[in-house]
Amino acid sequence: MISKSLTRYGPPVIVSLVALGAWEAIVRLADIPPYQLPAPSLIAVTLYVDRATLFASLLVTLKITFGALAIAVFGGALLAVLFARWTWVERSFLPFAVILQVTPIIAIAPLLLVWLDAGTAVLVCAFRVAFFPILANTGVGLASTNHNLVDLFRLHHASPWQELIFLRIPAALPYFMAGLRIGGGLALIGAIAAELAAGAAGQSAGLAFRIVEAGYRVNIPRMFAALALISLTGLTIFAVLSALSTLLLKRWHESAIDRET
Amino acid sequence: MTQILVALRGVGKSFKNGTLALSGLDLDVKAGEFLTLLGPSGCGKSTILRLIAGLEKPTAGYIERPCPELISEVGFVFQEPTLMPWASVFDNVYLPLRLKKESRAKAKSRVEASLSLVGLSAFTKAYPRELSGGMRMRVSIARALVLKPALLLLDEPFAALDEITRFRLNDDLIRLKQELGTTVVFVTHSVYESVYLSTRIAVMAPRPGRIVKEITIPTDLPRNEAFRMSPAYGALCVEASKSLQAAMTQGAYGEEAR
Repeated sequence: MISKSLTRYGPPVIVSLVALGAWEAIVRLADIPPYQLPAPSLIAVTLYVDRATLFASLLVTLKITFGALAIAVFGGALLAVLFARWTWVERSFLPFAVILQVTPIIAIAPLLLVWLDAGTAVLVCAFRVAFFPILANTGVGLASTNHNLVDLFRLHHASPWQELIFLRIPAALPYFMAGLRIGGGLALIGAIAAELAAGAAGQSAGLAFRIVEAGYRVNIPRMFAALALISLTGLTIFAVLSALSTLLLKRWHESAIDRET
Repeated sequence: MTQILVALRGVGKSFKNGTLALSGLDLDVKAGEFLTLLGPSGCGKSTILRLIAGLEKPTAGYIERPCPELISEVGFVFQEPTLMPWASVFDNVYLPLRLKKESRAKAKSRVEASLSLVGLSAFTKAYPRELSGGMRMRVSIARALVLKPALLLLDEPFAALDEITRFRLNDDLIRLKQELGTTVVFVTHSVYESVYLSTRIAVMAPRPGRIVKEITIPTDLPRNEAFRMSPAYGALCVEASKSLQAAMTQGAYGEEAR
């Protein structure tokens, strides 16, 4: 077990440490000033010193990200189910979903800011980008259910509801999980981008605002510290969602099976 | 007279793309028989099975079910095992009962009985991907039998299996049929399988799919290894083979069968 986790987690950890070490060495050897490129050690120190401000902002960004993701999961999955159940719903509403997807946040954010307060506008923006991959992937999953199984359900006079619960939803689960992993990352990106567009300050300031603010003050180490928090958050979201996917699919889906090689 | 379960009268089926799958087909499915539809690929055998199951409607002629209450439950076994990969063996076999809103606890004994019929009692908790191809097919058969259907339809169920497994499943099927008294309609392109299993063979020709010959096999012959080696079996195989050859060369438009 120990050797297995070593071979699995060893290389990425070592590569990351080497990269950080090289960064540290280059900054020190070339004597690069912190306002151009701070060393990892200085970023770590800044993270600690500015923890009150940075972690309060992280919390704001996390709330938006997970709030948006939750609505996107609910809305995307529900809409995919409605699309799969009634084709006319899909034909009627898919264009709206696509328009929502292709309009850049930056273009739509000013309008949302007119209509909504800053916090809600940011949430809507983040939801918007996370929503489509979940809708599209779940839709493919629901549609690619084994046709013979569908016939079998019909043969046994299954109701549309039974077909959905016992057949289409489990069959779509791997696709939904793939969409969720993409959506999770996009919700974070959407939250950051929308915060930048909204320019929310004060109590409701997220990490994006901290980056802009640090830029104005030429506090480059803090800028990097905020970026590091965003990256770590993204990695964590991805890891958690991947673990969830493996947990749900490991007994039966090819994507999650641990092959004995 | 033997009870007729399903009667196809002048049945034709053409698909949206213009393919004429079946034409002018008359066929009776009689209670208690083991009827095999024997023919080359693409001759509409599977379509007949789907019509009997009610999964499709004919585009010409009609289908009668003189005693619908007798065949309220129909078992269907597909060419592939067609199991739900996310569900355990137990849950796969439980499915037809679950769709009838029967509780798991109440269904338990019937699911287990069905699994023991196919010799898989020890595998209730396994997942389909953990089983061999032959075992998966047996799960599929257990699922088809769990409602004790009066009519069991099998669509080339053993085509993808190796010969040893296929022989064993052939014997299982004969035993199950005798134990349960089910009427069976079986689709295959294997002459040997059809003669070994059936009480009646309908030989089909393609393009458009139709029945060109019926061969009745005396029911008193015991179906076992001795039968497989007997001259009677050999003679029947030759007869079926010749009919099949004739059917394929007299393809309607002189086309070669795919």
